[in-house]
Amino acid sequence: MNIDSIKNGIVIDHITAGKGMEIYRLLGLDALDCQVAIIKNASSAKMGKKDIIKIDADITVNTDILGYVDPGVTVDTIRNGELVDKKKTELPERLVNILTCRNPRCITTTEQELPHIFRLTDREKGEYRCIYCETKGKTS
Amino acid sequence: MRSIIDIKELSVEEIDELVAVGKDIIANPAAYAHKCEGKKLATLFFEPSTRTRLSFEAAMYELGGHVLTMADAQSSSASKGESVADTAKVISCYADIIAMRHPKEGAPMVAAMNASIPVINAGDGGHNHPTQTLADLLTISREKGRFDHMTVGFCGDLRFGRTVHSLISAMSRYPGVRFLLISPEELKVPSYVKQEIKAHALSYQQTTDLVSAMPELDILYMTRVQKERFFNEEDYLRLKDSYILTPEKLASAKPDLCIMHPLPRVNEISVAVDDDPRACYFKQVLNGKYMRMALILKLLGIR
Repeated sequence: MNIDSIKNGIVIDHITAGKGMEIYRLLGLDALDCQVAIIKNASSAKMGKKDIIKIDADITVNTDILGYVDPGVTVDTIRNGELVDKKKTELPERLVNILTCRNPRCITTTEQELPHIFRLTDREKGEYRCIYCETKGKTS
Repeated sequence: MRSIIDIKELSVEEIDELVAVGKDIIANPAAYAHKCEGKKLATLFFEPSTRTRLSFEAAMYELGGHVLTMADAQSSSASKGESVADTAKVISCYADIIAMRHPKEGAPMVAAMNASIPVINAGDGGHNHPTQTLADLLTISREKGRFDHMTVGFCGDLRFGRTVHSLISAMSRYPGVRFLLISPEELKVPSYVKQEIKAHALSYQQTTDLVSAMPELDILYMTRVQKERFFNEEDYLRLKDSYILTPEKLASAKPDLCIMHPLPRVNEISVAVDDDPRACYFKQVLNGKYMRMALILKLLGIR
């Protein structure tokens, strides 16, 4: 299967096979006007199978979301057909408005304008806790 | 400018320093009587807690400062829907330091993020209550002369008791401390608290039996077993008496045991224990005031 290489844009590579659509949704790529290709189950020497997303526009992607949902994903920036930047994502130290605190006693439940901020408390387990009430974060 | 929301924000050295100041205030109260002249403490209590509020206010008066307070939460701007962030910004224009209690967990942190003056967490729901822990630590230091190498028993509701979690967290930083966690199955310490003990390579033991644990204890920290924490009344009735401290249960205790309780007490320590020289819970109240004085001085940068 052939998909044109992009001239100016972003390639999100090394996505765990099956997570491509989730990342597409979380990054809000459906709102983009440009060409976006989601490649599912591409063969990979390292991973066996992987998903890839190619975006034909030089946009800024939220690497915190990527690092949280699928640490290890790489974000390649292509300009004039050349790879100019390659970033490997990892679990971010802080997540802002990605997780929602579900503790009914947390201040975020009554003060709606407060950002929901979680900090990484255990990198090995990928555990995040709300900075306000220390309740464990869960993906909705 | 610094606030204190969680006891863990204070290093072991800073706690030592606060305890030293607390003891110095006890020894030389006159030397501190004018330290906060011209300074104002605002006590913002969004849920009723007369004793903690009075302790903060007494602390500020004894430092020669002034106190601004709200009559009660019902008459405050919060009841009109003002956010904690806005309240903190407004009070920053009137006072030099804030002590805040709030039913919502994390509210004092939000206040600290928005205030231009230091904020002390005076209790946020079931979450943190750092000045209670400071009171507990001064009590342990005065009664035992040390924080390390001792067996500390916690008894009662260890699941929801925030004062228990904070004191375990603070004591976990000292070498040779062993924890005996005495509670009904339903009210055992949460796993993250046990993880903290393990992270410091200290040991703990969980038991349901207060009497058999008694001879080993250097400190016994009592808390109340509340009826509403149980799924059925039968379990509550079966268990409630085993966690009430009486002179009979103290028969096998060490002669220098230190009995503590964050208060208010309901019936978990029999009144007959009050006359025992090992009862330290009213001393804790007094120590709380001294540590609040020490903390106010530290946060206002007054030596």
